[in-house]
Amino acid sequence: MSDNSVGTKQFVSFYDIKTKYNGLLSWLLTTDHKRIGLMYLVTMGVWFSIGLLIALLMRLEMLSMGETLISAKHYNAAFTLHGVIMVFLFIIPGIPAVLGNFFLPIQIGAGDVSFPRINLFSYHLYILGGLLALGSVIYGVFTDSLMDTGWTFYAPYSMQTGAKVAIPLLAAFFLGFSSILTGINFLTTVHRMRMKGMTMFKMPLFTWSLYSTAWIQVIATPVVGITIVLVLMEYLFDGIGIFDPSKGGDPVLFQHMFWIYSHPAVYVMVLPAFGVTSDIISTFSRREIFGYKVMAFSTLSIAGIGYMVWAHHMFTSGMSDTARQAFSFFTYLVAVPTGVKIFNWVATLWRGSIKLAPPMWMVLSFLFLFTIGGLTGMPLGALSTDMHLHDTYYVVGHFHYVILGGIVPMFIAGMLYWFPKMFNKMCNEKTSNYLVLLYFIGVNLTYFPMFIMGYMGMPRRYFDYLPEYQTYHILATVGSWILIGSIFGFIALFIYTVRKGKTLSDINPWGSLTLEWTIPSPPPLLNFVEEPELTHGPYDYPDYSDKEAKH
Amino acid sequence: MSTLEHASEHHHDNSAAHGYGDNNELYVHEFRDDYGSKLGMWFFLFTEVLLFGGLFVAYFFFRVNSPEGFQNAAAHLDIMPGAINTVILLTSSLTMAYAIVSIQRGKKVLSNWYLGATIAFGFWFLINKYFEWSHKIHLDLYPGSERILNEMPDGEGVFFTLYYMMTGLHTLHVIVGMIVIAFIMVSVSTENINKNRYIKMENAGLYWHLVDLIWIFLFPLFYLLH
Repeated sequence: MSDNSVGTKQFVSFYDIKTKYNGLLSWLLTTDHKRIGLMYLVTMGVWFSIGLLIALLMRLEMLSMGETLISAKHYNAAFTLHGVIMVFLFIIPGIPAVLGNFFLPIQIGAGDVSFPRINLFSYHLYILGGLLALGSVIYGVFTDSLMDTGWTFYAPYSMQTGAKVAIPLLAAFFLGFSSILTGINFLTTVHRMRMKGMTMFKMPLFTWSLYSTAWIQVIATPVVGITIVLVLMEYLFDGIGIFDPSKGGDPVLFQHMFWIYSHPAVYVMVLPAFGVTSDIISTFSRREIFGYKVMAFSTLSIAGIGYMVWAHHMFTSGMSDTARQAFSFFTYLVAVPTGVKIFNWVATLWRGSIKLAPPMWMVLSFLFLFTIGGLTGMPLGALSTDMHLHDTYYVVGHFHYVILGGIVPMFIAGMLYWFPKMFNKMCNEKTSNYLVLLYFIGVNLTYFPMFIMGYMGMPRRYFDYLPEYQTYHILATVGSWILIGSIFGFIALFIYTVRKGKTLSDINPWGSLTLEWTIPSPPPLLNFVEEPELTHGPYDYPDYSDKEAKH
Repeated sequence: MSTLEHASEHHHDNSAAHGYGDNNELYVHEFRDDYGSKLGMWFFLFTEVLLFGGLFVAYFFFRVNSPEGFQNAAAHLDIMPGAINTVILLTSSLTMAYAIVSIQRGKKVLSNWYLGATIAFGFWFLINKYFEWSHKIHLDLYPGSERILNEMPDGEGVFFTLYYMMTGLHTLHVIVGMIVIAFIMVSVSTENINKNRYIKMENAGLYWHLVDLIWIFLFPLFYLLH
């Protein structure tokens, strides 16, 4: 790690630098955005693994008919836990907290985020939320009162179930607060910390996506915060009735307030993945990203329109036809900028000189999988078909195609792409490629059968099923083994490479043009050894391709 | 606005934030971006508005659903304590503003007196609130009470739920604001906040004004609309 040098000056990487604290405390009390990003990575890795194991358990139960492995009650607890962990502890903080924390300041030429201490505080809140969630699980196991509401906490059921929902609700509240603070931090950073010459439209698209995501976090999260407070109050004080109809409340109001946050949260998850895609696809096609400004604006407009589509989760809940038509319209509208993105990525590939490195393989599978995920959302946005498909496995298939076809692969691709910068080591190419292939097969095998059985009428969240669905459930369960195997394979590959991988000498192994590839790997404490200079845009590949070819 | 721009010109020095000296030792200039701090505070206030916004949405939703119950219930609130609290909070915003002007002019002691006055007004607000709430509870006016269950079937219960929730959350914000201002007072005494560096006090002021402003909306919605 010490043979890096830029110019004549030597420096110490952010791993080796002496700080006020030593050992573990030098991590837990650091304000360095890179260390915070890596702490998120490790914590999230643990939560993600737990969530995956719960999913594995559920798929095993569904392998054969009847109660085989876990009871109906425990199945309910399992899908609740799986949802809460995956949504709140993994996929919402996900890419922004890990790759965003690490690379946002570097991509705009800054030494750190605007509020480094608040950044650390966000992480501590995230840990607190995680511990509360864990505590409620342990408590639930010992008292046999695991939460069974699903991750959506729908009122009034969440107040009537025997489980103690106060603790997980509090956990969700803290996690939301953590998310808000990260959002505020990133917004201010993008507005105030850009280096000289880095105008908004010279920012890499990954930074653009983090910026839009931060807006959604700031706009949407407080609403779920207050919703959680209301549910908590109603749960704790008998007389209060905001959502419980028997006390004069309205359960549909809960659904509105919940989805006002939780639908935009989908874009909190997916926009950063789009940003990673843009950066990778341009680098490995050696071509300027097609329609840079359109890409930036489409990111913003997804964030904007995405705020107005929430009630498409509630088409069957009781709303006026006018409201349903309006929300259906906006749902279709938000597909337009998303479609624009897909076309622009494909157009970027066109006549590019494509280099099929592992991150690029992952992006290509993403394009395929995410298109399926997006297109299968269309029937759910249409009023008539949604009546049929609502609450079936079709919905489960759809959003898992979006998440495991859109977000998780780009998280992995981003890790493969930035791994050399973060650790100065390179993941084995052959192993990575095989894992990508397994991943691709796994996603399709697990989730495609769900569309078919959902269309046939298999309801979601059931622990048992009728014989006609068995073939599809067996396929999905076998798929889940492949999928989970490949994800654990990636985790093992990352750990192995960090520990045993060979140190690189090249600070820019992919020949990328964004700023993070001009600094040493791993970066020094405040990222830039010398004042960064902006000599070209983030995607000026045709002009700089000759220069880069030497690499 | 002029102070804002002034501050940003002189204190936003991103480029010279750090570097490496002749012996390759890392040196870090103190990083300071007052404009950025204020921007971050505004973003935070925006989330606060949205937090209360959820409650306001619930209020209007139930008001439209049961207008008569809301009118009937609102008649049970006393305008006088509410009005006094409005005046108290508005005056406390004034003293907060004076505190900032004083520190800008280097009058440290005076600034702390104004901050102290702001906290005192906060206490006065809380005392009023305490008596108001306990009087309401004494009259059996709280969600789930016998009186509301038996005599007020048209959404009065929801009105009182929202009344306690919204003024309660607001009171929580008043308390947080008072704690923040107390810390600011300590910083003024230790000269961490001084004539040239008062962004923390300005941010505390922004927060306090927002808390004030939310009350300005709560007061008519609960006390006057009947």
